[in-house]
Amino acid sequence: MIKLPGTNLLIEKKLSPDPAAFFVVPVISILLALLVGAFSLALSGRDYQQIYATMFSGAFGSTYGLSETIVKTIPLTITSLGIALAFRMQLWNIGGEGQIYMGAFAATWAALFFPVGTGWWTMPCMILLGMLAGGLWALLTAIPRAIWGVNEIITTLMMNYVAIFWVNYLVYGPWKDPQGYNFPLTATFPPEAILPTLGVSRIHFGLFLGLLLTVLMYAVVQHTRWGYEIKVTGESVSAARYAGINSKRNILLVMFFSGAICGLTGMTEVSGIAYRLQPGLSTGYGFTAIIIAWLARLNPFAIVLVSFLFGGLQVGGYIVQTSGIPSSMVTMLQGLLLFFVLGGELLTYYKISKAPASSGQDT
Amino acid sequence: MKLKALLAMAAVLLAAFLATGCGGEKAKETANNQTNGEKLKVGFVYIGPVNDAGWTQAHDEARQYLMAQLPYVDASDYVENVPENPTDAERVITQLVEQGNKIIFTTSFGYMDPTIKVAKKYPDVTFLHCSGYQTAPNVGAYFGRMYQVRYLSGLVAGKATKSNLIGYVAAMPIPEVIRGINAFTLGVQKVNPEAKVKVVWTNTWVDPAIEKDAAKALLDEGADVIAQHQDSASPQQAAEEAGKLGIGYNSDMGKIAPKATMTSPVWNWGPYYVDTVKAIKEGTWKSTPTAGSLTYWGGIKEGIVGLAPYRPMVPEDVKQLVEKEQQRIVSGEWDVFNGPIKDQSGAIKVTAGQSLSDDEKLNMNWFVQGVIGSPK
Repeated sequence: MIKLPGTNLLIEKKLSPDPAAFFVVPVISILLALLVGAFSLALSGRDYQQIYATMFSGAFGSTYGLSETIVKTIPLTITSLGIALAFRMQLWNIGGEGQIYMGAFAATWAALFFPVGTGWWTMPCMILLGMLAGGLWALLTAIPRAIWGVNEIITTLMMNYVAIFWVNYLVYGPWKDPQGYNFPLTATFPPEAILPTLGVSRIHFGLFLGLLLTVLMYAVVQHTRWGYEIKVTGESVSAARYAGINSKRNILLVMFFSGAICGLTGMTEVSGIAYRLQPGLSTGYGFTAIIIAWLARLNPFAIVLVSFLFGGLQVGGYIVQTSGIPSSMVTMLQGLLLFFVLGGELLTYYKISKAPASSGQDT
Repeated sequence: MKLKALLAMAAVLLAAFLATGCGGEKAKETANNQTNGEKLKVGFVYIGPVNDAGWTQAHDEARQYLMAQLPYVDASDYVENVPENPTDAERVITQLVEQGNKIIFTTSFGYMDPTIKVAKKYPDVTFLHCSGYQTAPNVGAYFGRMYQVRYLSGLVAGKATKSNLIGYVAAMPIPEVIRGINAFTLGVQKVNPEAKVKVVWTNTWVDPAIEKDAAKALLDEGADVIAQHQDSASPQQAAEEAGKLGIGYNSDMGKIAPKATMTSPVWNWGPYYVDTVKAIKEGTWKSTPTAGSLTYWGGIKEGIVGLAPYRPMVPEDVKQLVEKEQQRIVSGEWDVFNGPIKDQSGAIKVTAGQSLSDDEKLNMNWFVQGVIGSPK
């Protein structure tokens, strides 16, 4: 219980959050963010209604906009699923970004430099190697965590930069396309290494992988013994130990799969969107996924929904620029939404009440 | 309880706020469509913000110039801060097409693949990509011979340095940047064979904090002139704060660091944009490469690149020397990468009497003698 200084208000953790609040609070938060945004847009003399309408219809209102929002949803969903798996066990995998790059690196190797060339095996190899690379990259941080209790927040974060620089080294150096005028790009993938797309849109097979993974994740987490172990360990390590759960083994397994799923994002991005390895492949998906996983309360189906909304927010953001909104204003709107939604979390888990007159010295 | 009531009130307020005047919006949209109906729409995709005092601002000034020069052009659609990743760039370009733009300028190297991909889907739209190497029947690749101006600014820097160490804050080790460093160093060494140019890579086109740190590191090592291939003016500010000199880039950075920046190699895309849009409208434009892989590669002669006005610290004799060298370039008698040129190891790379072809210039991945650093 915390008393707000200078007031007689108390902030208290709720014993059991109101289930309705899970839905109502985020909705009100979004509305409030839009309201504050509207005021600042109106203050700078802009037509906020038109801007909001353009933003919304740009992201969801046309077939093309919708398809592009889905294109953005794919990497966000897959990465968030991976991050959420680790978070469920209170393993803070901040290294999604690096695991994406390692996945992209291994998939590119399978596509361009595979010893036996390309063929029917190319795509399965890209998926497997992409996941393996992401998983092993995460495992590097899981081992010190499991054995010596080394803080994984720091190690996973630092490993991001190593992975990004590794990919940069390859595309600026040995993997540079010989026909590419010395620009930092690998050669384009052969057709066997390119994921099929839906019609003329850019929605690729990764959507199917993402949805499959969502169902699989739900099944594993909710309906298997291992899923239960992860949950128990996440809630209380001592309870888990008491129940005879091998938490060291689980740290290694969970981080491996968490990284492997993030690695899959790297694979689908090079194979479904870029068709080559290049710097700047991921625009911080590994970091956005942390917010998404958190907002979705680690629920796999909620992750798909929240990723879709985030995808829409990013797609809509660029659309409104052509109606004369500077990109910094769009970033501000996106920031407002995040600020209010995350701030709203406080109201879900905590309540604010008036302090009784006698408890003035409470801490 | 109070809080809930407050939230409910806010929600009602918001609903009312959003509901008022929803009818006005449709009318405005149709009005917009009508005024734009007859004009030729030209769209722009930018890597940075339009007021970056550098690369993007130079393109945006050209966009405004284009609108002012050609009354039948509506170039009001631009999208700034578009990252160079395949997901976003391709969508932004497609959306510009969908919004009715018939000519689209994509002004950063990383937009090359997305531009080519979108161009395939829309054969009746013309695309112009800056600084890349791919063309298609409806995609032109354009750039400017900035190396010519880099050479001239190297003369100014070489005359100014007393410590004989010049710092160069550079973005990314790609041919464009390497070519610029080489041309600059050739200029420096022409007037001051003792002077060296030390290069630091930042791996970013625009990040004022990183650019400034890189400049400070170079100043700490004894550099007394800071040159740059970066989009922000913060390397110049670092030089000014240290009481040293600098050579800006992109736009006249002497406006931002007047005590340091002696001059800046600058872009002037406007006339090219006007000529190109005209040619496309008249049906005379072709994307066929004319210089290496590029459809268009203009230089000082065409006016697409040049030196910004000198600040007072540049002596008269240096100005005259630059003028003389510029004449040699404009007349076509000489073009910077004429032999003899040695590489970093001292080996002859271009023999006397020879010069690099446009293709070799565009592919450049080695440093000339006098550069300290690695082209990787």
